[in-house]
Amino acid sequence: MSEGYRVDEGELRALVPRVLAGLVRRGEDFDAAEDALQEALLDALRVWPERPPDNPRAWLAAVATRRLIDARRSEAARRDREEVLPEPVDTESGDDTLFLLFCCCHPDLTPASQVALTLRAVGGLTTREIADAFFVPEATMAQRISRAKRSLRDRRLDEPGDLAVVLRVLYLVYTTGHGGRLDLAAEALRLARQLTLATDEPEARGLLALMLLNHARLPARLDAQGRIVTLDRQDRSRWNTREIAEGVRVLQSALAEQRPGRYQIEAAIAALHDDAADAAETDWPQILAWYDDLVALTADPVHQDPAAVLGRAVAVGHVLGAAAGLREADRLRAVLGDRHRWHAVRGYLHELGGDPAAAGAAYAEAARRATDVAERDHLVRQAARARAEAQRSSAGSV
Amino acid sequence: MPKYLLLKHYRGGPEPHRAVPPMDQWAPEDVEAHLAFLRHVAEVLEERGEYVGAQALVPARTWVRYSGPDAAPVTTDGPHPETSDLVAGWYMIDVETYERALEVAAFVSGGPGPGGEPLYEWIDVREVMG
Repeated sequence: MSEGYRVDEGELRALVPRVLAGLVRRGEDFDAAEDALQEALLDALRVWPERPPDNPRAWLAAVATRRLIDARRSEAARRDREEVLPEPVDTESGDDTLFLLFCCCHPDLTPASQVALTLRAVGGLTTREIADAFFVPEATMAQRISRAKRSLRDRRLDEPGDLAVVLRVLYLVYTTGHGGRLDLAAEALRLARQLTLATDEPEARGLLALMLLNHARLPARLDAQGRIVTLDRQDRSRWNTREIAEGVRVLQSALAEQRPGRYQIEAAIAALHDDAADAAETDWPQILAWYDDLVALTADPVHQDPAAVLGRAVAVGHVLGAAAGLREADRLRAVLGDRHRWHAVRGYLHELGGDPAAAGAAYAEAARRATDVAERDHLVRQAARARAEAQRSSAGSV
Repeated sequence: MPKYLLLKHYRGGPEPHRAVPPMDQWAPEDVEAHLAFLRHVAEVLEERGEYVGAQALVPARTWVRYSGPDAAPVTTDGPHPETSDLVAGWYMIDVETYERALEVAAFVSGGPGPGGEPLYEWIDVREVMG
């Protein structure tokens, strides 16, 4: 009669942070609790199709607890000592996600560990899935996760963490990739949504809005041959209007708090791009105004936030002319001069200024420094196109 | 089935059979044709069950060596002699025979260059120990 009952893996995974937070809050070791919960999840996938639970969350918590007791018993037998299991504490579940994110994004962990642990403990992904997403062997990822958990062992986990680190980790998950079998961008969106339910901090909503407004353009980012299509040439009818609408709504609610921050500002810039019916309609003066706010967040933006200065240089190029944009970009030469993005922006600004020969040279420099095959190929194409253009115009002027 | 590494070089190796400028100086349609060919190579190898992996390397190079227990590693990131060998990337293939490995390498070498003419690029074929 229970045939046809299928375990909804999405629902199951959504329970992970709540159950895990409950276990850790009542004093369980993060490491042991996480292992026990992973085992309970495997049990759930096996048992539930036959015997669906009345209360899935309570079921998982009970099975994980039993696993913990078993583990403790065998350890106690080894060490010949007994421990009393702490009484379960029924905490309010609303901020479980936040609590766990603070654990996983502990500032003492490396970014790679923060990301891996967040995906597993908060996202409920398996080690295998995370390994696939980062193109490393499963054993390597398992080791990375267990080292991260070990280094959390002696830390106090009951203090409020640093939300800025959590936001950075989630954005890192988002930007890390759309390449693997697992869509990390979608995963990051899901986590950011959870986070906005757990905190009223407007920057959390700013981050969610930024992800939505960028994610909306993803379907137009590559053509049928897998080639990168730049923003100005994208087929805007392929943008996801539902995501844009949600992103704008989330951004507006964040901005209404009057506590701006970098994610809200970056989301506002993304929203202005999304709002333009075509590239020519882009409201560059307003984008430049937001970039002014962005670089004003740091005392020394050239060194502390060079990406913002570089983005601003493009806006300056559109508003005040290519030469002004190039002057802005040149301020970054010492900081970003060996990065492909700096050369690519210079190529773009030279093209904007009607100097395809200089653009071709800059794109070629960018291609030599690219660290991604799709981007390298794209930059080689841009260089070849600009150089051909330069040859045509010099042939025409003779 | 033996595995072979097919290495492509930015520079080094035997005298080029055909001298060509860097790809960013080719005509745009020649660039497209070459990049399409590279996709085609991967598809053919996958379809035949011979593809193991392929990666490209950034041209920048740093040589590093240990320099004693209490010292930072010694590095040299250039300038390197223009004649030194510089690997650009590789295919790893799993094929029936050495002859098939040579065939694949020659196929890769014949990809289209400027003007649509084959590149005749030298490919370095190395057997992988089991």
